[in-house]
Amino acid sequence: MASAKDRQGKERVIKAFFFGTAFISVVVLALIMLFLFMEGLPTFRFISPGHFLFGSDWYPTDENPDFGIFPLLMGSVTVTALSSLIAIPLGIMTAIYLAEIATPRVREVIKPMVELLASLPSVVIGFFGMVVVAPFLQNVLDIPVGLNLFNAALMLAFMSVPTITSVSEDAIHSVPRELREASLALGATQFETIAKVVIPASLSGISTAVILGMSRAIGETMVVLMVAGGAALVPGSIFDPIRPMPSSIAAEMAEAPFRSQHYYALFAIAIVLFLMTFLFNLAADYISNKHKQVGAATL
Amino acid sequence: MKKIIYSLAVLLMSLSVVTAQADTTITVKGSTTVQPAMQKVAEAYMKAKPGVNISISASGSGDGAKALIDKSTDIAMMSREIKEGEIKQANGNGVTPKLTVIAFDCIVPVVNPANKVKDLTPAQLKDIYTGKVTDWKDLGGDAGKIVVVSRDSSSGTYEFWGEHVLKGERVFAGALLQASSGAVVQTVAKNKYAVGYVGLAYAQNKEVKPVTVSGVVGSVANVLNKSYPVTRTLNLYTDGEPKGEPGAFITFFLSPEGQKLVAASDYVPVK
Repeated sequence: MASAKDRQGKERVIKAFFFGTAFISVVVLALIMLFLFMEGLPTFRFISPGHFLFGSDWYPTDENPDFGIFPLLMGSVTVTALSSLIAIPLGIMTAIYLAEIATPRVREVIKPMVELLASLPSVVIGFFGMVVVAPFLQNVLDIPVGLNLFNAALMLAFMSVPTITSVSEDAIHSVPRELREASLALGATQFETIAKVVIPASLSGISTAVILGMSRAIGETMVVLMVAGGAALVPGSIFDPIRPMPSSIAAEMAEAPFRSQHYYALFAIAIVLFLMTFLFNLAADYISNKHKQVGAATL
Repeated sequence: MKKIIYSLAVLLMSLSVVTAQADTTITVKGSTTVQPAMQKVAEAYMKAKPGVNISISASGSGDGAKALIDKSTDIAMMSREIKEGEIKQANGNGVTPKLTVIAFDCIVPVVNPANKVKDLTPAQLKDIYTGKVTDWKDLGGDAGKIVVVSRDSSSGTYEFWGEHVLKGERVFAGALLQASSGAVVQTVAKNKYAVGYVGLAYAQNKEVKPVTVSGVVGSVANVLNKSYPVTRTLNLYTDGEPKGEPGAFITFFLSPEGQKLVAASDYVPVK
């Protein structure tokens, strides 16, 4: 009897311990958010949110400073959009190939390679973009600046392809075998099976993959700092230099005087960035919950 | 276990010794441009003299002058010379500002080695950086859009360039802002249409070509004989001749060891 009580007590301790560890990340996130808002919100004492978001001049250290982040916001939006345009087809098609078409041996080789791409430090990708891709673009396309929107989007695509591929591949892989067999048994070709059965069945997983890939691109700092060029302009073409939000924060935070207007404004940019990635993650969560595939019957 | 207790005790004792000795504090206020060199030298000095604590706060040359006038600092860092009005205010408070030059600052425009342009005037540089001149053919080079590379707006180098070349005007928004002088060199080296500006140390890099300003080469010699136009001194001001602990610190600043650290912060040593 006593031993059973002992065991229950032990069980409770273990439970509490694991609850505690799981709770740590919640606490940390809450603290970071609190800090972020505490340091960022004072910005709106000296500039209205409208001016901040839609002002077209970013001259934080001028004698009459301007804190308009519209060019930075547009920089982030355009680079994320363009990199998604490159990364989504590449990532999803790679995933389809790996899950449905490739022979096990090919898969054994390619899958780790794609995953290895994810483990490349972003500074290495940035350096590659700066030293190899930028001069290449300048020489081949004869454009004035190789450090531009296109280059940054390309480098970010390299970084989001592994995320998109591995999450979509898992989604495609988990489509029940009966579905494929039924489709093939009805006389559909392999392509028809993939296009009309497998992809629709795994669409929620693929959507999640895409959104996770995009939120990786929008928050990435080192790469855009190194290869986006850094001009605070709303881009007119894909070969214009841009200055996305993370690169502004990274480049200017160290020099901004503590608790100055510039310092607060940089934290306010971080809030905008946080809200954007938060929305992306929320959307991913919503889609994957709403269209959850619970067995073959729900299709 | 004994060992741990013993080492803890030693640690505590050494801590208390340090706190007991740190009775002299030198306060330093002023220019953010001088600060990097000040930081390095102060760290070395505090290491060499454990009893001295140096507190540095950098918010601008004007604040340095203000602090000197109201006697709230031992040393004022200034990247410009003290103004007449400030001297008068100081004298009124019984303070006699005394200048010690600790370094020179010299910024050199650089272009890609493939660029034919060898010389630019300060007026041309201003037009380039404010976006008024956009093609190299207007400056005697081969036709091609000028790619303007600048430092981030919060850097001291940017401020210096803004004051001396742009005369307070804004760098136009199309300029590529780079986070470090190294990145400026890298960008200019890889782009045949680019122009940038960097401290003297970075301009020695073989991958970029330094441009003369109104015919004068940016070099240590020309900085010292004051013929190079984009140059200035980095100054420390004290109340009267530097003496006591602040005086010893400034002497250390001018010693070979201190001047080596000045050079390591990319400034031109005075000695």
